[in-house]
Amino acid sequence: MSQPIIELRGLTKRFEGADSVLALDHIDLTVEQGQIYGIIGLSGAGKSTLVRCINLLEKPTEGTVTVEGRELTALTEKELRSVRKSIGMIFQHFNLLMQRTCLQNITFPLELVGTPRKEARQRAMELLKIVDLESKAEAYPAQLSGGQKQRIAIARTLATDPKLLLCDEATSALDPKTTRDILRLIQDINRRLGITVVIITHDMKVIEEICTHVAILDHGHLVERGTVEEVFSRPQSEAGRRLVYPDGVPLELLPKGRVIRVAFNGGTAYQPLIASLAMDCGVLVNILGADTRNIDGKAFGTMLLGLPEDPAQAQKAVNYIAAQKNITMEEVRDYHAGTAD
Amino acid sequence: MQAQLISLLESWGVNTAADEVAYLLAPGTIPFAILETIYLTVFATFFAYLIGLPLGIILVTGEAGGIRPLPRGLMRALNIIVNLLRSVPFTILMVVCQPLARLIVGTSIGTTACIVSLTMAAAPFVARVVESSLREMDHGVLEAAQAMGCSPWQIVTKVMIPECKPSLIAGFTTATITILSYGAMAGAIGAGGLGAMSLLRGYGRTWRVVLYVSVVLLVILVQIIQSVGTALCVKTDRRINHTIKKKRGTKQ
Repeated sequence: MSQPIIELRGLTKRFEGADSVLALDHIDLTVEQGQIYGIIGLSGAGKSTLVRCINLLEKPTEGTVTVEGRELTALTEKELRSVRKSIGMIFQHFNLLMQRTCLQNITFPLELVGTPRKEARQRAMELLKIVDLESKAEAYPAQLSGGQKQRIAIARTLATDPKLLLCDEATSALDPKTTRDILRLIQDINRRLGITVVIITHDMKVIEEICTHVAILDHGHLVERGTVEEVFSRPQSEAGRRLVYPDGVPLELLPKGRVIRVAFNGGTAYQPLIASLAMDCGVLVNILGADTRNIDGKAFGTMLLGLPEDPAQAQKAVNYIAAQKNITMEEVRDYHAGTAD
Repeated sequence: MQAQLISLLESWGVNTAADEVAYLLAPGTIPFAILETIYLTVFATFFAYLIGLPLGIILVTGEAGGIRPLPRGLMRALNIIVNLLRSVPFTILMVVCQPLARLIVGTSIGTTACIVSLTMAAAPFVARVVESSLREMDHGVLEAAQAMGCSPWQIVTKVMIPECKPSLIAGFTTATITILSYGAMAGAIGAGGLGAMSLLRGYGRTWRVVLYVSVVLLVILVQIIQSVGTALCVKTDRRINHTIKKKRGTKQ
């Protein structure tokens, strides 16, 4: 199928100090060309260290890093610098040069490789068009919003035509709407320019939104990996389950009765559903999970309800909810098999 | 007019008014003192930066975890030397440096000789000023530069110095003013300028009018340097949104 672009073998990073910390413990990971590979984990899991080991901003204690068939861990500092020019990286805090205009920020990596000024300017203008910020060429980063800054950072990193883009919590400092826009842009870049993307995040939504593959990092161990569907539908590890069902209950404690999902359609007032269910029909339901999503500016709420074990009571609740306006309901049949959707 | 000034000063109880006014109004006295002070300050600042700027950069980039770590022993030695030179009071350092001045400029007294000792005293100070400016550098930006394949030299010249420019200018202003005030003390070992005027004539001969005039001139010089420095610092700082303000201003 496709070519592996990143291969990590036995990657280990230990931070020496008064009490040495094992940040990464024998990580094996292969990312193939064209994938958008998400690496998710809670803070302190070692995600940022892992992504920095890919371009060797952090030197691994053990193991090898191979990018595009070149073993980076075997290169000299000088060779490494030239390889880094083909690996783009964006950051949580954008890390733009504050004393340069947007245009000058984008031409910066071109200056490093000695591109003639006029050519660099032209390329920068093209990139500004790609990220949809042509009007900000002469503005300074301090004059931009967070999302705009990240767009400039993306344009800057694309200037040298990288084959690979590393995103270190690139949307964590942005609001949900801007996050979506930036993720769309990254997806677009992946599709149109064929750039492989590695995304480090603690946010499940980022993975859901654009990743094709995901790996779960927990305390320096890679506990799970695969396509997003595989991992999200059947998380095998404890850390995986914690991430997929963030406020979920351990599997053994799940109710034995039927499980339904109700959705409150956007724009309408929320009814006190649970309370009225208890008062009007005397049925007590168990909230297994709840979430509100902002879709096109409308609030969208979903709730996962565990119905009573008694079939008659459960049916009563289903009938009651089905009769409500502005609420849609579906039965989640394979919940106990581990699939939420 | 001179006579009127003298009688006015005498009426305030200045006994030496005639001598003082004659000295101050003699052609060349004040302009020459100002020029000598500027000469001393400009050259000492220049040479202090010639040594102090690279030293300050090394103090930041060479430490463990810096962009180009140097051997620990070397870094420790540099820090000790800087601290040592900074802890010797300037008037003493000035005397200590006299043989060095003789070696470099051929004389151990006078304004030019003073540039040597002033440079020796100011360079470690400048190194620390530069160091503290560069430490303000956002670590994330350095990391981004490294990720883009910048060499340590490119990071210093294309990232650190340009990004810290406003702070470096502010530091430069402070350093220049400090060197100016050190230079005033150098009057004690034969340097000319406003410092010598206030020390030797003003204090030495208890010519109060000369003392005040030279001090006022020093204050004016410091004010000018500070104002220019602050204005430059603000003007070059792109982190402040003054470009927006300017645009708004032209529209009105």
